[in-house]
Amino acid sequence: MTIGTIGTGQAVPVAGAAGDNPADARVDLKALYHETQIDAVLAELDAALIGLKPVKRRIREIAAYLLVDKARRTLGLTATPPTLHMAFTGNPGTGKTTVALRMASILHRLGYVRKGHLVSVTRDDLVGQYIGHTAPKTKEVLKRAMGGVLFIDEAYYLYRPENEKDYGQEAIEILLQVMENQREDLVVILAGYGDRMETFFSANPGFRSRIAHHIDFPDYEDAELVAITETLAAAEGYRFDDGARAALVDYVTARRRRPSFANARSMRNAFDRARLRQAMRLFEADGPVDQDALRTITAAEIRASRVFSD
Amino acid sequence: MRITQGAFSFLPDLTDEQIAAQIEYALAHGWAVSLEFTDDPHPRHTYWDMWGIPMFDLKDAAGVMGELKACRAAHPDSYIRLSAFDSTRGWETVRLAFMVHRPKEEVAYRLQRTEGPGRVQHYSVVRA
Repeated sequence: MTIGTIGTGQAVPVAGAAGDNPADARVDLKALYHETQIDAVLAELDAALIGLKPVKRRIREIAAYLLVDKARRTLGLTATPPTLHMAFTGNPGTGKTTVALRMASILHRLGYVRKGHLVSVTRDDLVGQYIGHTAPKTKEVLKRAMGGVLFIDEAYYLYRPENEKDYGQEAIEILLQVMENQREDLVVILAGYGDRMETFFSANPGFRSRIAHHIDFPDYEDAELVAITETLAAAEGYRFDDGARAALVDYVTARRRRPSFANARSMRNAFDRARLRQAMRLFEADGPVDQDALRTITAAEIRASRVFSD
Repeated sequence: MRITQGAFSFLPDLTDEQIAAQIEYALAHGWAVSLEFTDDPHPRHTYWDMWGIPMFDLKDAAGVMGELKACRAAHPDSYIRLSAFDSTRGWETVRLAFMVHRPKEEVAYRLQRTEGPGRVQHYSVVRA
């Protein structure tokens, strides 16, 4: 483990020179906290992601844990690196992938992973087509992920109980081995929908015991979804006028009742369709358009949605 | 007889930490690292056996070190060479190569002189 060598600052005992009684040595946690700039990372996370309170609290806990672990290491208390493999569960569109992306940089800032890149894979990248194809493929992916975070989206597809000759099992075994033996080299994050991950874990108890942090992503509240949509729109250089904002609130309520509701993803799709309708309206209207007209989405564009039709 | 080939070969053998640091250097430059092994390190023997394919898109030395460990376990009595390939246009060549493993009992070579027509001397390196 090379905590001190990657520019996040080495923890320094503030009292007690070499040869002193180790019980008297002190580590200044606050100084360590400022040195690693964890507050900046966490503030950034708070600002960038709307809602997700339990997730943010969990990340804060992990940050504190790593900080204390670093302090313990300085005083020679721990030998083995902490396990940081995680499982993200939650309904579609609750921000699992987005948080995973940020997790890589958080862990890097905290000095837990050396490089801080994220390798995002699904079953296809790990499991081969024929006998003897899976192991090299999985190892290749693991090698690329070393020093960073390996994010396995929809991890339950790795395990196909209906086919006992499925090569997924081979990939699982290699993964488990690396997760156990090379904890300091990479962090594995499994993500998927709650109920199916539950089935996956009960079929593969090895995974459950090797994953220390199970983080559940709650569904967004209506107000949060509206705020998310506005953030999305602002990032693309659009804005909603007052009528559209009211329509958006109604839209969220109506959309939630319909099948295949996917939280923030549904809102992104709704925004994309509203953009189409806005473009059509501007196109069909005669005369030149100004910047404001190009930016603004009105109530009509939201209300035209199929969601309101029944 | 100590075989000297590639970079660093007149130095004492690199430790694993030093090898990892060299790999980090190569990866930081965007070079693809690969491993090769042979039981015949003759200077004219250019094409050694490859240990897997070159490792592209790596970010960290740990992946290469894992392969090196596996290669050493499989071929303890071979020479293992690590090379770093630069694919940048204009270079497109190996930028760094050095030996990372040698067998306990090294191979020995000697110089052989052959007399040709008209007292011409031909030299070759042969196994001792």
